[in-house]
Amino acid sequence: MLYFKLFWEFFKTGLFAVGGGMATVPFLQDMAARTGWFTTEMLVNMIAVSESTPGPIGVNMATYTGFTVGGPLGAVIATLGLATPSITVILIVAAMLKAFRDNKYVDRIFYGIRPASTALISSAWITVVTICLIHIGAFRASGLISDLFDWRNLVLFAVLWLATNKIPKVKKWHPLAFIGIAAAVGIVFNFAG
Amino acid sequence: MSELLNLFLIFAKVGVTTFGGGYAMLPILQREIVEARGWATEEEITDYFAIGQCTPGIIAVNTATFIGYKKRGIPGGIFATLGVIFPSLVIITLIAAFLQNFADFQVVKNAFAGIRVAVCVLILNAVVKLFKKAVTDVPTTVIFCLVLAISVLTNISPVFFVIIAGFAGVIIKSLEAKGKEEQK
Repeated sequence: MLYFKLFWEFFKTGLFAVGGGMATVPFLQDMAARTGWFTTEMLVNMIAVSESTPGPIGVNMATYTGFTVGGPLGAVIATLGLATPSITVILIVAAMLKAFRDNKYVDRIFYGIRPASTALISSAWITVVTICLIHIGAFRASGLISDLFDWRNLVLFAVLWLATNKIPKVKKWHPLAFIGIAAAVGIVFNFAG
Repeated sequence: MSELLNLFLIFAKVGVTTFGGGYAMLPILQREIVEARGWATEEEITDYFAIGQCTPGIIAVNTATFIGYKKRGIPGGIFATLGVIFPSLVIITLIAAFLQNFADFQVVKNAFAGIRVAVCVLILNAVVKLFKKAVTDVPTTVIFCLVLAISVLTNISPVFFVIIAGFAGVIIKSLEAKGKEEQK
């Protein structure tokens, strides 16, 4: 019964959370309040773990919550519950797209959507920059420009940008190589502290 | 069967190398799906992200379902999706079971402070690639600038932008086609 309820709760989250992993957070807050499965402090911990591990954040959140509530089986059931609406809706959309692929109107629709989609991803990138490169919170608190920019982040950003764009051979490396290097640099130079 | 298994494994690789949410998946997809395997084009990935943003669910899952379906129909969609969520299931279950305070370790905090900078660079590179394919003339430049400005300054849902841009595409292209006919 608990597993059925877990599946249903995450099915609803997957169905109504539109646009990105963090869109699941308000649903989880609501779930915590209604079911008492976990507390807000636990939710904060779940978000931290989800962001500090590989994998889509929404999926990580579902797995973590499911495990907390119902053990390993709970983790599997919550995650499948979250993914089921996505799979169903996308399979329908994909089948429709396939049927209408040669339609000139579908072509025209995507001509308009592609620059918009690129702009939305750029906008998400700007949000990422405000979180990882500049420290708006510290700047607001102190008013010092030196608090807005962390020079170590900027140096690492510049070096990685050059390495991924300008240095022959190195720029062909797998993205994971740069992630590994950045993790090592973060640890050696105590980036968080 | 081996092709389905392959889809599962490749998307498990995408899942395990995606640090920091759906957008961080973009550079990995460009590398593994577009450049290394040719399973989808740069334009198709942009389309999938657009649809993924205005359909329910996690963008990473939606994109995996799309590419899997394109490759091998409905079973392909399901296997690719199971692949992308599989690493999360294993890693998070282990952490939740044994390392509840995982995110509090100084070494983890430092590593992820560094990783976030790398993700920032990788997403920027990915966006530049998409930009070159999607923004090719005056109307697409206008759409790009308008959507970027409005989405940065307001909290309007991405769904709204995608729908309006779709209509704009139909109107612009239809007018162009009409103009060409009249010239003849």
